[in-house]
Amino acid sequence: MANVAETNPVTSTGGPSWTRWLVVVVPYVWLILFFVAPFLIILKISFSDTAISIPPYTPVFEGFGAIGDFFSQLDFENYVFLTEDPLYIWSYLSSLRIAAISTLLLLLIGYPMALAMARAPSSIRPTLVMLVILPFWTSFLIRVYAWIGILKPDGLLTLLLQTIGLMGPDQQVQIFRTDYAVFIGIVYSYLPFMVLPLYSALEKMDNSLLEAASDLGCPPWKAFWKITFPLSMPGVIAGAMICFIPITGEFVIPDLLGGADTLMIGKTLWTEFFGNRDWPLASAVAVILLIMLVVPIMIFQNQQKKVV
Amino acid sequence: MAKTLGPVKRKFSPWTDPNAVPFIRFENITKRFGDFVAVDNLTLDIYEREFFSLLGPSGCGKTTLMRMLAGFEEPTEGRILLQGQDIGGVPPYRRPTNMMFQSYALFPHMTVEKNIAFGLEQDNMPKGEITARVQEMLKLVKLEQFAKRKPNQLSGGQRQRVALARSLAKRPKVLLLDEPLGALDKKLREETQFELMDLQHTLGMTFLIVTHDQEEAMTVSDRIAVMDKGIIMQVATPAEIYEAPNSRYVADFIGDINIIEGKVAETASALGAPGAVRIESEGLSIAVDQESQAVKDDHVAFAIRPEKVRISLDAPADTATNAFYGEVWDIGYLGDFSLFIVRSEDGRFLRAAQANVSRLVDRPITFGDMVWLTWSRDAGLVLTR
Repeated sequence: MANVAETNPVTSTGGPSWTRWLVVVVPYVWLILFFVAPFLIILKISFSDTAISIPPYTPVFEGFGAIGDFFSQLDFENYVFLTEDPLYIWSYLSSLRIAAISTLLLLLIGYPMALAMARAPSSIRPTLVMLVILPFWTSFLIRVYAWIGILKPDGLLTLLLQTIGLMGPDQQVQIFRTDYAVFIGIVYSYLPFMVLPLYSALEKMDNSLLEAASDLGCPPWKAFWKITFPLSMPGVIAGAMICFIPITGEFVIPDLLGGADTLMIGKTLWTEFFGNRDWPLASAVAVILLIMLVVPIMIFQNQQKKVV
Repeated sequence: MAKTLGPVKRKFSPWTDPNAVPFIRFENITKRFGDFVAVDNLTLDIYEREFFSLLGPSGCGKTTLMRMLAGFEEPTEGRILLQGQDIGGVPPYRRPTNMMFQSYALFPHMTVEKNIAFGLEQDNMPKGEITARVQEMLKLVKLEQFAKRKPNQLSGGQRQRVALARSLAKRPKVLLLDEPLGALDKKLREETQFELMDLQHTLGMTFLIVTHDQEEAMTVSDRIAVMDKGIIMQVATPAEIYEAPNSRYVADFIGDINIIEGKVAETASALGAPGAVRIESEGLSIAVDQESQAVKDDHVAFAIRPEKVRISLDAPADTATNAFYGEVWDIGYLGDFSLFIVRSEDGRFLRAAQANVSRLVDRPITFGDMVWLTWSRDAGLVLTR
């Protein structure tokens, strides 16, 4: 027996130890190269000053000889500026607001969908899951453009409402280029990311728990709040995080469907980088956004740990 | 459970009283799932304070029958009466029955305490009373110090106790137990069986238990219904089921039994004794003192329990009737008794059990010995079904 225990760790995991190292190292190298390094560059630029040159900021790293000089030129000027111009604060707050409302809408629409899928006969469940994933087979951009065709004043929605007589021939739907269009686009695009974690949480649930609740005198609507919902909490949190975080930084949907007054930080960021070519300020905006989003990610991770 | 002297265990047999009103009545119940008939035109009465078992192999309809009483399934035909009231269409949460689930179905996000309190909270019982009742239940199942634990922090036996406490907390009129002890090891299972019996006796509730374990059913029940393919084969006390099974199926399902197929050679009048039958079976002549519906030339089975067969190295006085001569083919040593499997010259087998009353390691009868198996005329019985 002792012999088995000694040899097990080597033989059971299989292969020489360097292959195991490779498996661990590759993702870390990937993260360092494509996340940590770019982030450090952005961080550095955010402490720099704008300049009309290539690259459009100073100082530029010119070797270790001038390193003292290099560091002395870095400052928090851009971050201070972010607090001075209300545009940025409003952009952040507006992004958080849009993300929060969208996440809530996604939950309200996604939960019943996921519940219906989980309660459907097991033979048709794979088909239902496939239908949820189906939109991914088309480009995200094309799908958002399709919404323009539906929502624009002379678009399909107007046509439909006029045809069924809910709207006179001289009236038009005024949704396109408003926050409503942004919400529609976001909810549509992110729905699968909400439904799938919810479905996987609900699908695992043992039906006998609901029978037990009913047997003990709990009617179905109460059992939902006492049993089903609390037990699906990991799915709710996972879905909410997976949606909330990218929606906060969303750029394409507000840009294509939103109006001039739709304020989102992703759009502001894009304008600073490519419109104003103020890379240092744009970098500062990006760094603050990242810090803002680390908090919900940490809550999410904490929750995941509790579940395991 | 409690070591106190409860009410005296009297002889309890309301089913023999023609005036007794059944507590639960299944009336011509049929349940179909698509083409599959799970329960087939079944009628069954269960009396108050009875410990009743539904026994049968998996798929015999016993669980479906119980689930219909709990309200999780509705009968396709027929009706279920509880205290004379048709409970058809009443949802599970309004039925005065509680169930202990096979999987226990404990709420994983609630503590032991909360699990037990769940049913009481649904009845809007005052908080103080709930606390008191939960404490009482925890004490009953000896889990006081585990009140704050979550189900996944408990062992299988402890979870089973929580499930029991939860189903008892509301003091249901009928407690339904679905394979309650299936997940426990043998020792714990036997212990719990006796605890269940005590509990049922102390609380004065009606217990309906579903099990495929015949030993469990024999131990705990006042009466057993043996089921097969959606119908009831026999309803009787454990002793009656064991000693007087009404069919080959029941005889074979409960305990160990020898079944010899044969043909009725003579009936009562020819044998002289009232209600006796003589069966011929390929050279064996078997006489049975039993009132039987069988008539001459009927194909019947003679059934006899191994412990009712005597084994001897010496020939009996009468070697023509109720005697089987053969070689000891195999011996099963089971500690409390030994099972001898004897093979006759023409290749037929008969089993005899002998209690190991003395502490001998070497038995006088061993492999290869030629032995006589004999039995008295009232030891076996004739089965026509």
